[in-house]
Amino acid sequence: MEAPAVASPYSKEQLLTMYRKMYLIRRFEERAGQQYTLGKIAGFCHLYIGQEAVAVGPIEAIRPDDYMLSAYRDHGQPLARGADAGMVMAELFGRGTGYSKGKGGSMHIFDIEHHFYGGYGIVGGQIPLAAGMAFASRYRNEDRVTVCYFGDAAANQGAFHETLNMASKWKLPVIYICENNRYGMGTAISRTSAVPEIYKRASAYDMRGEPVDGMDCLKMYEAVKDAAAWCRAGKGPVLLEANTYRFRGHSMADPATYRSKTEVEEERTKNDPIPKLRAYALKNKLGADADFEAIEEDVKAQVDAAVKFADESPEPSVEELWRDTIVDEGEQDVRPRERVLGVKVTNWPKYPSGQELKVTWDLEPREQAEQADKKAGLSR
Amino acid sequence: MPELMYREALNQALAEEMERDANVFLIGEEVGRYNGAFKVSQGLLDKFGSARIIDAPISELGFTGMSVGAAMVGLRPVVEMMTWNFAILAMDQIVNNAAKLRHMSGGQLRCPIVFRGPGGAGGRLSSQHSQALEANYAHFPGLKVIAPATPADAKGMLKAAIRDENPVIMFEGERLYALKGEVPEGEHVVPLGKADVKREGTDVTIITWSRMYYFCMEAAEQLAQEGISAEVLDLRTLRPLDEEAILASVRKTNRVIIVEEGWALAGVGASVVDIIQSKAFDDLDAPVERVTGLDVNMSYAANLENATQPDATKIIAAVKKVLYREGA
Repeated sequence: MEAPAVASPYSKEQLLTMYRKMYLIRRFEERAGQQYTLGKIAGFCHLYIGQEAVAVGPIEAIRPDDYMLSAYRDHGQPLARGADAGMVMAELFGRGTGYSKGKGGSMHIFDIEHHFYGGYGIVGGQIPLAAGMAFASRYRNEDRVTVCYFGDAAANQGAFHETLNMASKWKLPVIYICENNRYGMGTAISRTSAVPEIYKRASAYDMRGEPVDGMDCLKMYEAVKDAAAWCRAGKGPVLLEANTYRFRGHSMADPATYRSKTEVEEERTKNDPIPKLRAYALKNKLGADADFEAIEEDVKAQVDAAVKFADESPEPSVEELWRDTIVDEGEQDVRPRERVLGVKVTNWPKYPSGQELKVTWDLEPREQAEQADKKAGLSR
Repeated sequence: MPELMYREALNQALAEEMERDANVFLIGEEVGRYNGAFKVSQGLLDKFGSARIIDAPISELGFTGMSVGAAMVGLRPVVEMMTWNFAILAMDQIVNNAAKLRHMSGGQLRCPIVFRGPGGAGGRLSSQHSQALEANYAHFPGLKVIAPATPADAKGMLKAAIRDENPVIMFEGERLYALKGEVPEGEHVVPLGKADVKREGTDVTIITWSRMYYFCMEAAEQLAQEGISAEVLDLRTLRPLDEEAILASVRKTNRVIIVEEGWALAGVGASVVDIIQSKAFDDLDAPVERVTGLDVNMSYAANLENATQPDATKIIAAVKKVLYREGA
């Protein structure tokens, strides 16, 4: 093999971490699909296979305390942020040891400890939420960013357009990542969109919008690293369109007859993000076959254990029905890993009290507003 | 005790709570520079600045969802709906997100947020602007729904709603904003979920909330002149319903009418009837009567608009029916 002309900007450790996380998602989803066919998982189950780079690149590029949320194809992000795989699997199984005690299921994974604020089942419903979380960061003068995932079809919802307008006008530190896997369920995005290149829509709101190769973990990493710096510098939101591909159907119930076998095969063989990253590392001598094989063995064992944990876990108690609808006075929030595994969770989000907090930010600085009034001949 | 307009009482509650807690902010259409479509937020922009009194674009779904997101990470938004008719556009965020976050997250998240604005008929505004929609929201677990009638309750319940750890839906009224009443100064907090006997009586119970309260009081005055003693129970909170207060009054008077501005089918009153028939059947001396908005859309013409809504005359007729004094 030829020596690379330019040294890689990545460390071996970085590449192996990315590989491990992508492989974890792949393996987890394969086993979830298998458990679905065995009847252990029911309802809707949307697998992330093929899209791993879209989750892992960005997660490696931001801080652990940055906020993140997604739609209903939501197993990948929390796993890559450090969620307990067994507890995610248990949620899919509808067991009491799941992150949401089995109340949410596949579409509603929440791991607040790792700042993953949920999977949402109404297309585009999480887009305004992300702007609000970013608003809170500015309100409290924090330099946190919010990363929000949504599918290509969500870009045709009013929520998307209403939110981009506000996010840009108020310069909110939010990165919107459109996971364009080309199909909104079974409908090709080009069949329902006047402008199928989603990133172009940012220009209507005077915000940054860029396409990214969503099948390349390092390209996703670079795009989000840059976008996060932009957001933290107070320059406003960014829309990234990750062009990606799901190797499986929309959900476990979808045989995907609306796309050709050739198309799927071509993406699988030429564009799979996992071998792609491995090839890059090998080429740059930042990992040997043995390293990758060791990771794979390790992850397989981790996922086997996750399935076993889920399968052996009890269903939630029926008394659980009456919890978590209304917050009673003095009631604390549930910390899942404390509740299930008995470990001490130390990085649970803490917010300043209403007496400690000083709001120094101005959405529309008064001087500016007064000057505009003066110019227009208005008195205040 | 100072006398304030309903809108001034709300303004006082907002100002006091924003003073008390920097996490509280107000967002909505026209709440800032314009000082509020109904002047509820008069003077607040000058006092608290543009990060805490936010003029939103006309994107009800968008700014409602944004506020829910802010509440998920520790802020306490108050979202002003210019009217609840427009909030239908935002219902996805209220119902699918705010009401379900605690549940979907298995108790990891909470959503302390208030959605408030006028409901019911405003006067000569036709069908799209004249709906009493509280029954819609009262249907959903995960929400609290309040509809205070008096300025004092408006202040005390808004303060309680802002301090509550759950999403609270607050129905005010275009025709309530200018009404005056005594309002306690400072720390006046009215607990949610508690009905209030606004007028004691022995012959019949009139159960109501929001603007209909005033018609009920008017009816009760007139009935008193005929020797009929009517008790007026103001529910104030529609979710959760104060069953204890409802049943206590029914057991005292044995006759009940329920007055509701909204439509009869699947109305809040229907649920109150259900509570009464299942838990106080033997205490009833007559079937429960309901006075509701007619089962039609609201018209612009003054005579049609008036005929569509409950009024004191209709209430008096219903009272006489449960007292078997029809035609008396």
